[in-house]
Amino acid sequence: MTYLPDVADTDLRRLRATLVARAAADGLLDVAYRTVDSPVGPLLLARTPAGLVRVAFGVQDHEAVLTTLAQQVSPRVLEAPGQLDDAARELDEYFAGRRTAFDLPLDLQLLRGFRRDVVLHLPDIAYGRTASYAQMAGLAGSPRAVRAVGTACALNPLPVVLPCHRVVRSDGTPGQYAGGAAAKLTLLDLETRVGAAA
Amino acid sequence: MTVKQPFERVVVVHGPTVLRVCRAVVGPVDADDAWSETFLAALRAYPDLPADANVEAWLVTIAHRKAIDVVRRAARHAVPVADVPDRVLPPQGRDLDLWAAIAALPTKQRQVVAYHHLGGLPYDDVAALVGGTAAAARRAGSDGVATLRRTYPTIDQEQS
Repeated sequence: MTYLPDVADTDLRRLRATLVARAAADGLLDVAYRTVDSPVGPLLLARTPAGLVRVAFGVQDHEAVLTTLAQQVSPRVLEAPGQLDDAARELDEYFAGRRTAFDLPLDLQLLRGFRRDVVLHLPDIAYGRTASYAQMAGLAGSPRAVRAVGTACALNPLPVVLPCHRVVRSDGTPGQYAGGAAAKLTLLDLETRVGAAA
Repeated sequence: MTVKQPFERVVVVHGPTVLRVCRAVVGPVDADDAWSETFLAALRAYPDLPADANVEAWLVTIAHRKAIDVVRRAARHAVPVADVPDRVLPPQGRDLDLWAAIAALPTKQRQVVAYHHLGGLPYDDVAALVGGTAAAARRAGSDGVATLRRTYPTIDQEQS
């Protein structure tokens, strides 16, 4: 038999929506994700029942990030945009300059040890301000661990929401960023502009 | 080294095949229920599935069990019940004739056509599901395809 009967995309979309709803109702939606457009390119947003667990830039390869989440959190990963409406809305407001802090439940299970200490201190840097890697090392309680701060920022599982873009080099230049140097500049410019207007 | 894929990719890659199998086994209307029950059960069990398992064969096996459940449930409820989701129209056009032709096959031939020809399950595995030997499954399958060729002559000309 050489002919495979067609199945319509509309049928599959409807069935997938039903599956997502039933998975959520049965407590089987361990990782829900969606992508949103932003001034720094498409962002992948992923959450567990506990809260937002991962934000990733396009340059980080969303498919690779999802595969990693399947290994590190749970392979029960489904695209479920409705589960991330709150995160998408807050990010929209942030990029529109109408939000200076995020108010989302976060799941920090991808963070351990010193990286966790660093990332949890990121919101201490006020909107529109910056801190050096050395200052962050001090905030995290290990003033000499400057390089480790750089690593912690580079591996921040929740960029933008936990503002590693506000950590810059001691000479004031932006330095590296998981989303690319241009993305870091875009975020810093946005916050400077909105901060100055406030 | 094989790493386990996010379940989303399982749905995207194998969703169409499982829907064809379900439509062939239980018909286009009950196929939606069978598909949903199959993927919900698969999602539940997925963390325990070995990373190198044949995912499609695993799904077709689950679909077989769920199809039996759906048919039994349909038999118990001769009239539609309140919690059944909105019924959709069966697939349209040329495929309607094919589904009708498959539905008209004897049960075993229909199952073998669904699991082997549409679902890609080897005859050994098909036999384990429907009973009998692999050779008997192969015969039932070729009888089924022969009937389909008679009742649905364009089957070999069309490409998906």
